[in-house]
Amino acid sequence: MFEALDQIFVTLKHQAVGFFPDAWHPFLSALISISFIPLVFATLFAFVTVFERKGIGRIQNRYGPNRVGIPLTKIRLCGFGQFIPDGIKSLTKEDIVPRAADKVVHFLAPVVLLIPVLLAYAVLPIGRNMTAADFDAGLLFFFAVGGAVELSVFMAGWSSHNKYSLLGAMRAIAQMISYEIPLILSAVTVIMIVGSLKLADIVAAQNQYSYGIAHWFVFTPWGLAGFILFFIASLAESNRTPFDLPEAESEIIAGYYTEYSGFKFALFFLGEYLGMFAVIGLGITLFLGGWTAPFSFLTWVPSYVWFFAKLMALVFVFIWIRATLPRLRMDQLMNFAWKFMLPLSLVNIVTTALWHFLGAGPLRWAVCTGLIFGAYAILGWGLMSNQKLGKRIYRFAD
Amino acid sequence: MSLAFIIIAIATLFAAAAAMSLRNLVHCALSLVVALAGLAALYLALDAQFVGFAQILVYVGAVAILIVFAVLLTRSDATPNQAILAPDWFAGIVVSAVVFATLGWAALSSTGLPREMPPAPVATVKNIGDLLMTQYILPLEVIGLLLTAALIGAVIIAMKEETPKSSSSRGNEALTEKSEIGNRKSEIDQSLLTSAAMVQGKGGRS
Repeated sequence: MFEALDQIFVTLKHQAVGFFPDAWHPFLSALISISFIPLVFATLFAFVTVFERKGIGRIQNRYGPNRVGIPLTKIRLCGFGQFIPDGIKSLTKEDIVPRAADKVVHFLAPVVLLIPVLLAYAVLPIGRNMTAADFDAGLLFFFAVGGAVELSVFMAGWSSHNKYSLLGAMRAIAQMISYEIPLILSAVTVIMIVGSLKLADIVAAQNQYSYGIAHWFVFTPWGLAGFILFFIASLAESNRTPFDLPEAESEIIAGYYTEYSGFKFALFFLGEYLGMFAVIGLGITLFLGGWTAPFSFLTWVPSYVWFFAKLMALVFVFIWIRATLPRLRMDQLMNFAWKFMLPLSLVNIVTTALWHFLGAGPLRWAVCTGLIFGAYAILGWGLMSNQKLGKRIYRFAD
Repeated sequence: MSLAFIIIAIATLFAAAAAMSLRNLVHCALSLVVALAGLAALYLALDAQFVGFAQILVYVGAVAILIVFAVLLTRSDATPNQAILAPDWFAGIVVSAVVFATLGWAALSSTGLPREMPPAPVATVKNIGDLLMTQYILPLEVIGLLLTAALIGAVIIAMKEETPKSSSSRGNEALTEKSEIGNRKSEIDQSLLTSAAMVQGKGGRS
């Protein structure tokens, strides 16, 4: 019964495809898998926009949106109908293109942003047997298409012919390039242990249980360090607070999409959130066991439920961080990436190799934990000793 | 020749031609990105996943950004109004066609090359990784060393030389102000750099 529930979408797809002649099967199967991705994740985006506004509102001791429910009825749904008027608003707003803008590039930038972001979902295993395209080099594919996002940001910033846009684009590209390195290096540890770039293999390696607890990589010293590094880097890659310098609204209006309005603005918004879900999904797959259950007695819960539960939990952490932390300064951002995250992720790679060769036992736990904490302490001390922290002097405010 | 190959090839050729002939340098760079992505698509159509994805990762992700930044930071002139093609473009085409024909003829008629196609090797990502780590470990290490040296060299070229601190003390206030500027030097440098680029970009486009 539970297995049927777990595989319900896969069986439904097979049955739907079965109505058509054999020659159409590969095409139809791919079409159904692909159309599923924008449908589900765009719905999730609509939900998360309201969830984020409500969550931040609660953390900041206010209500957030709580009025709009189902139209023409009195049902309010705690305000979760808010995304419908938001969408209608962005669709009906005037699309303003600055006279000095480069029209073609300005038009193409949001499109170029959405293509790689949607492509990245192709390799994510969101459930057992639920991957749109399971490449041999799935992880490489994910990082390869992720690189194209920077190009879109540049196109948006440059073509707007606005100094805030260009400043935002330069900040965004500098930040994305810097944090892409720890992101990839922290993922390398998982590849070293699993020995495959295929995401299905990575999930399968974590789908084992001893003493009822799953073999998720986050439960090992190198995995925990790798997950935290990956998490911070993914926070920076998706331009979220405290790494939201590219669109710092109190400094440069809205960064690279200052000159976008109407639905193009909504597309940027959508692209940013879909990118965030994709990179969180990859983090879940690499370190948090993908669609597997944390305890062996919970394996009856369908796999996709686990994936989306983990996704929503991490999205909540993102929202929590956004409501809690202030924005970094540019030099702090760069120092943190190059002087702390990069060396720590390199140390983590060495630790992973040691973990692999020391064999099972308490020795490797002690050695690896000591190595990571030692490196963390030394790097943190080195980073803080240059800071000259003290009482802030206001030169102009007095 | 499949339909996919023809579509990809035409798109790649058009993008490459555009990269040569468009007036605006940033447009040229963006067309070049399309051409490079088309090459990656060709690799993927040939079932060479690793090469295809590496092509996207390196060229579309990194080299394109580098080119675009170089254009943005160095350009000082307005976009040219005269024709982009050199006046003797026809002679250029003839010369390149002759060179290509000669090379192709030499390659096809040479006896050194095996005439029979060898069986296609199984080029999975795992095989490539194994070979890189065993048989071709030395070239890999050499390339790694070279790139590291280039990286360090670039950082040293870009690094500003420390100016000797002036020992004159003109009161406490001036000193604190100076040190604060010193603390925020990297930030100021960054903003100066970006604003310089802005000015150049503006001059170029208006």
